[in-house]
Amino acid sequence: MSTALATPPPPAPAGAPLTKKILTADHPTWCPGCGDFAVLHAYYRTLEKLQYPHEKIVTFAGIGCSSRFPYFVNTHGGHYIHGRALPFSAGISLGNDDLHVFVFGGDGDGFSIGGNHLVHTARKNVNLTYVIMDNSVYGLTKKQTSPTSPIGFKTKTDPTGAMDQPINPMRTLLNTGATFVARSHATQVNHMVEMMLRAAKHPGFSVIEILSECVEFYEGAFDSSIPRKGGTWTLIDEKKNDGTPEDAQRHDVTDEVAAFKLAGQAWPGSFGVFYENNVRKTKNVLEAELVAKTRERTKNASDLQLLQATFAKMR
Amino acid sequence: MVSPNNPEITGNGAPASGAPRSIHDVVIRLAGNSQDGIQSVGGFLARLAGRSDQDVMTYMTIPSTISGGPSIFQVRMGTGDILSSGDRADMLVAFYQHSYDAHIGSLRPGGVLLYDADHVTPVEGDNRFTQVAVPITSGTVEAVGGAGKDKGKNIYILGLIARIFDLDVAKLAALIKERFGGKDESIVRNAMLAFDAGYAWPQNNLRDLFYRFEAIDHATASRGRPQVTMDGNQALAYGLLAAGVRHGAGYPITPWSSIMETLRAELPKYGGLFVQCEDEIAAISTALGFSYSGHLAITGSAGPGLSLKMEALGWATMAEMPLIVVNVQRGGPSTGMPTNVEQSDLMQAIYGSHGDTPRVVLSPKNVEDCFYIAMEACRIARTYSTPVLILTDMALASRIEAFDEPDFPTLMVDPKADLSDRGADYKPYPLDALTRHAPPGSKIGSGKYPTVTGLEHDELGHPTGSSKLHTQMTAKRREKIKALGASLPAPELNGDHHGEVLLVTWGSTWGPGLEALGRINAAGVKAGHLHLRHLHPLPNGLEEIFKRYHKIVVIEINDEGLYGYGQLAMMLRARYANPAIESVTKTDGLTYKVSEIVAGVARHIESADLTASLGVAHHSALAK
Repeated sequence: MSTALATPPPPAPAGAPLTKKILTADHPTWCPGCGDFAVLHAYYRTLEKLQYPHEKIVTFAGIGCSSRFPYFVNTHGGHYIHGRALPFSAGISLGNDDLHVFVFGGDGDGFSIGGNHLVHTARKNVNLTYVIMDNSVYGLTKKQTSPTSPIGFKTKTDPTGAMDQPINPMRTLLNTGATFVARSHATQVNHMVEMMLRAAKHPGFSVIEILSECVEFYEGAFDSSIPRKGGTWTLIDEKKNDGTPEDAQRHDVTDEVAAFKLAGQAWPGSFGVFYENNVRKTKNVLEAELVAKTRERTKNASDLQLLQATFAKMR
Repeated sequence: MVSPNNPEITGNGAPASGAPRSIHDVVIRLAGNSQDGIQSVGGFLARLAGRSDQDVMTYMTIPSTISGGPSIFQVRMGTGDILSSGDRADMLVAFYQHSYDAHIGSLRPGGVLLYDADHVTPVEGDNRFTQVAVPITSGTVEAVGGAGKDKGKNIYILGLIARIFDLDVAKLAALIKERFGGKDESIVRNAMLAFDAGYAWPQNNLRDLFYRFEAIDHATASRGRPQVTMDGNQALAYGLLAAGVRHGAGYPITPWSSIMETLRAELPKYGGLFVQCEDEIAAISTALGFSYSGHLAITGSAGPGLSLKMEALGWATMAEMPLIVVNVQRGGPSTGMPTNVEQSDLMQAIYGSHGDTPRVVLSPKNVEDCFYIAMEACRIARTYSTPVLILTDMALASRIEAFDEPDFPTLMVDPKADLSDRGADYKPYPLDALTRHAPPGSKIGSGKYPTVTGLEHDELGHPTGSSKLHTQMTAKRREKIKALGASLPAPELNGDHHGEVLLVTWGSTWGPGLEALGRINAAGVKAGHLHLRHLHPLPNGLEEIFKRYHKIVVIEINDEGLYGYGQLAMMLRARYANPAIESVTKTDGLTYKVSEIVAGVARHIESADLTASLGVAHHSALAK
């Protein structure tokens, strides 16, 4: 475990654009060649494009190799307990709707120990972006079976090969009720940046699964989707609504059934936005509406007046 | 509206058969089924006492089944301080045969039994009590009529009780109207019909059972603010509101749920929100997220849920994140006795979790204190940037008491998050100062943004494997809690300031403990009583106080464990290494009776007078 700190970045003058240089913090602890470096790079580039106020960006994570992410990014942020980064981040987002909350984690954090939180944070449509860096193995603890390890994959906890049915991440994510579901690949930086940008701008719970290879414990896991290694990189052809006959064949991101069909494709499947729903209100909006409606009924009484009135009724 | 005021008994209030007898206080136990609305009768009596500057305490059992099943409500009301809900009842109202069978043993000799003549056949010729047959069911049906059947017999009994104890009918009628006023007009009308029928039940049937509470000395009773009446969970929730808490998250579990229900309904009025989460872990995590965003937040549960929150509590200690965690204790372990009281979560509250996790544990002594301890917990959490646990219990959660309305204008805390710019030298974890987190949204002058973390970290929040830093940071987390302890004054000492025995209580055993002190002093034993609201860290001066007594007897509702001491007794023995510390425990799931405490203390000291006093039968104040 490295304890090295990066050279402190020079203080950014007011109004200076956010650059990768400013956004860089500790040097990553990942192994050389790890896919997570590319995800980090894509995140810097996404933030460079978004140019949010520096102090309003939050980078949060749970536990795992990928969850070291926040230490490598110079924004407000933190590192929580295993699997529970989503409910914590929901508290951040709902506590201050003015923030831009990004959560990073791995397949164990998201689909195993944190599986229940993934379902419910998505169901509540809390406004935040969640990036799952899926390497199909437990890396930080040195090669145990993960919920996305394929059957037959040999690990220290399955020396004769994994026997349990792996989960299908995209089908799982669609099932949660997430309002933005996308899939990308750590070898495709431009695509990752595009997905992160769309996820960040999506109002509500947006989630991206990124296949990110663990070169130490599962080398070659995603070669079948890397063209230079002989694999196929299939992008989702999204509907353009241009009235052409070929458009009818394209994928409608608002069509949940079509999204499930894509999720059922044979490995390695397609990459891009599977599903997007901009109609459902976020919990952030619903709670704000509840407050506004309630405040209207109480005629904007002060906190003191409200408590005094409540106690007067209990005399 | 029918007026219940019978000219014969207004004016100076004297019934035809003689003047009402003056009493100090009375314990009324209502026994029926949970759907009979006996809780609401208790509620009316409690609120009436509150509006009459009388002191009141209630005791309630609720079956853990969803509907039906036996249920009781006991109310003790009177003049002056009422410390416990009463060991035994002066009056028993039995709605059914099973109510009579189960509770006649709780009636004091000379007490009054009111029973529903339509359902109950008492033991014939039992002259220990005054038995009065009242046609509760048929009287209610006759008065209300219509399709309501016997609905309203609780209000019929309320009318009868109002008559017997010369209660303020106008105030009661107002309470009934407030309670049912929002509903169909016929409901208020029917309730008043039932009330009037009970009140007007022929007085010669009551065999001179007329009483009046001793006059209140208004000069001392009234402290300038009116009394309010509520249960401990409500008082706690409103204490949090007054302390500026606007965010929270929870998961339903008895007996904590009513706190989250209150907060979910109240917080939007104050611009806040309460999130119902998918589980206990998500609840504490969301609450910690709120705290990190700059808003001190609350989560809570009962024992099993607190166990689930432990890993996150460890994070809160490591990350030094302020948080309020309420634990409404119930009978354990596991699902245990979910609607009974126990104080068996003390060790879990202080030492649960992994690693060295010094944290703050407070416990309220009565319903009123639930309000103030919530405020104190918030002050401590903010000042020391630490999680604070509030250990309340089932008895406080469900019991209704009257207390002086808090002085809100001086107490209210501004809930605003501090998003101000931080200087270039800002560090989240300075070794030489208390942690002050910079919530996201606040600009950091150095341009270096902080991380909050569960990993051991340096002053900027970045992970470290340094032995030196782990030692220094562990000390930082310990010393701030010790500093809090050093700031806590010795608790108030009641009774003799030195002598034979010191009673030590915590949580809801405060009232019966203090009342037991009176009995022990009355038996000629030099004794004192000390109550601990701060359980961790302990306040100053205890060592010195303990030295002044031959025995220190700690009274708590938990098991004596493998070594023969309850959980607080064990901790005090470990802390002060004082072999005079003894323990009285029990695990019947019920609050302490005063007599149980006196008997427990008598086992630890040699006093023939005290032992003799145990055998004395206490006759009811209502005895003729």
